Amino acid sequence: MELYRSHVLVCGGTGCSSSGSAKLIERFEEQLQEKGLDKEVKVVRTGCFGLCEAGPVVIVYPEGTFYSRVKVEDVDEIVSEHLLKGRKVQHLVYVDHKTHESSVQKSLNEIGFYKQQHRVALRNCGVIDPENIDEYIAFDGYQALAKALTEMTPEQVIQEVLDSGLRGRGGAGFPTGKKWQFARASKAEHKYFVCNADEGDPGAFMDRSLLEGDPHAIIEAMAIGGYAIGADEGWVYVRAEYPIAVKRLQKAIDQAREYGLLGEHIFGTDFNFDIHIRLGAGAFVCGEETALMASIEGKRGEPRPKPPFPAVKGLFESPTNINNVETLGNIAQIILKGADWFKSIGTPASTGTKVFALGGKINNTGLVEIPMGTPLRTIIEDIGGGIPNGKKFKAVQTGGPSGGCIPASLLDIPVEYDTLTSVGAMMGSGGMIVMDEDNCMVDIARFFLDFTVDESCGKCTPCRVGTRRMLEILQRITEGKGEEGDIEKLQTLAENIKNSALCGLGQTAPNPVLSTIKFFRDEYEAHIREKRCPAHHCQALLSYTITDKCKGCTACARKCPVNCISGEVKKQHVIDQSKCIKCGTCMATCKFGAIIKN
Amino acid sequence: MPDNKEKYAQLQEAIAKHKGERGAVMPVLQEAMNIFGYVPQDVQEMIADGLGTTLSEVYGVSTFYSQFSLEPKGEHVIGVCLGTACYVKGSQKILDKLCEELKIEPGRTTADGKFSLNATRCLGACGLAPVMMIGEEVYGRLTPDQVPAILDKYRA
Repeated sequence: MELYRSHVLVCGGTGCSSSGSAKLIERFEEQLQEKGLDKEVKVVRTGCFGLCEAGPVVIVYPEGTFYSRVKVEDVDEIVSEHLLKGRKVQHLVYVDHKTHESSVQKSLNEIGFYKQQHRVALRNCGVIDPENIDEYIAFDGYQALAKALTEMTPEQVIQEVLDSGLRGRGGAGFPTGKKWQFARASKAEHKYFVCNADEGDPGAFMDRSLLEGDPHAIIEAMAIGGYAIGADEGWVYVRAEYPIAVKRLQKAIDQAREYGLLGEHIFGTDFNFDIHIRLGAGAFVCGEETALMASIEGKRGEPRPKPPFPAVKGLFESPTNINNVETLGNIAQIILKGADWFKSIGTPASTGTKVFALGGKINNTGLVEIPMGTPLRTIIEDIGGGIPNGKKFKAVQTGGPSGGCIPASLLDIPVEYDTLTSVGAMMGSGGMIVMDEDNCMVDIARFFLDFTVDESCGKCTPCRVGTRRMLEILQRITEGKGEEGDIEKLQTLAENIKNSALCGLGQTAPNPVLSTIKFFRDEYEAHIREKRCPAHHCQALLSYTITDKCKGCTACARKCPVNCISGEVKKQHVIDQSKCIKCGTCMATCKFGAIIKN
Repeated sequence: MPDNKEKYAQLQEAIAKHKGERGAVMPVLQEAMNIFGYVPQDVQEMIADGLGTTLSEVYGVSTFYSQFSLEPKGEHVIGVCLGTACYVKGSQKILDKLCEELKIEPGRTTADGKFSLNATRCLGACGLAPVMMIGEEVYGRLTPDQVPAILDKYRA
């Protein structure tokens, strides 16, 4: 193996790729060759580092210098200054949003964003080259599979996972070991082990990052799971919208086959296992396990009633176990380090860590992995670095279209399955969207219902018709046509849908509405009774007025698309409220800040 | 650009490759999308015949999933992310601006066949919110006033 004195790690996750990291890698390689450093310095394209906000991200080891928002033009400077002369490029080094401290004297783990994190599932993301199986193996890769196959019985593997307390990271939080036990107990000639990578929750992208950053960890976990339940075939159902993840996963599967880690007689035992990939085609409901299996079978992805559970009758009518990507990301570590180690992280009822995708109105957007039980406030304020532009925190939404909004008064709750459910939100797959005072909570509820109405498969009436009725009411409220009694109507509909819908999508669809009514009822009432949107967001409820700061420059009147602004030159203008379409053009045009919206 | 005859030959190849595979309808439809850009009725008929299934089965699948389009798409497909992170950061305004500039509703294609406009699900680039994609190119941290200049690059 060749030795290098420095490694330049460039993030090749989707976020950083979108902001041009591929061009950075090219430029680094060119420059290093030009300076004759290509035998001393190695450029590695890694998976996601997590801090997408600062992307494209470059880390130089052994120093651990963290460069953020690097442009192609900056590469020459990093090469000639840092890599050639050993002087860090001060002005490109990441600066902490909260403390305004430059991280020039710090290594990665001392930065506020990373300090409180504990990486188990994401341990290799941003550390190794995901397209190189040797790097995974060098980081203890496939050792857990070897241990399971050669030193443990399937029952012992299941017991270890059961003892670890690992619960499903896809949303519902069902104990993984129990699932495996059920599948093991089913007798059949063929069984399947399926990985659910149909990550549809908007704003959550940890599964994609894991597949992009550490695909072998998923393959290894599937093989371990296959051994445990007695399956010989694995399927990964992954969104077609994740081309980088699909490519890397396929490459990883090919490499694993080449090394004999997939295929027949793995590690010289009688265990045979191989994995196929099936691409989704854009249907949120396919994240539901029975719909997912229908989709792999090439059918419309409609869910079916349970029982029979997949562990009894699943894919192609055979017993099937389905786990989410992040859940699988923990398996190899549990087998290697033991259930006791895993249980030492987190809380008794929610062991281990959870990955969250922080997004929305927060300074440090990106992926974070924290021990279960960490207070929500730590995630938002310390790791997330607080709210940008001096705005006030209003709520954080977890669990996507199935979850709820948590208000500021509950920021001190620990993040674990049962606590989140008790406040009307849920763990979900780990999307965490922060909202500030400018976001209207009625509109957010409408946004999520719009999503579920669009994604409802239409098989059962409560979901197909019920969610549409709820959306219509919410639309009316945001348009200023809300009526007394609408809130109660929404609540009744919500309860009925929750109790009668066929699958998880429908049963949880009313949650965003219920939780916003619970914590932000005053906003609903302001819309309905006073025809007022407290966040100044709902267009139909806004009114624009021109104050005496107006200089009479006529700019707004000239820009107004409906000619509803009148007034003499150099005198205060007036908006005709009856004609105004509330487009906001006048306010954006005014140079004197003379137009206000209410 | 392969001509039509060549495209149909490619489709036949794709059908032959997946024939006999369990659940072949979806992968074949996906390949057909790559070849034709959409799946018109004759293509669906060919798939049904080739895989030994019915047209209703193929049609049922192709209308269930949002990725399969029954109509041709424009030269440049624009996708505006309406995932939660992008939405709370104002992606609706980006979409509105695009509708205004292109004079079409989301889901439609301009009369000259140049642009198709879609409101998409989360693109997973939440760190860059609000985000849109034109073809494979991703545009992040957008404001509505940047939209016309970006479109101009594709109008030429």
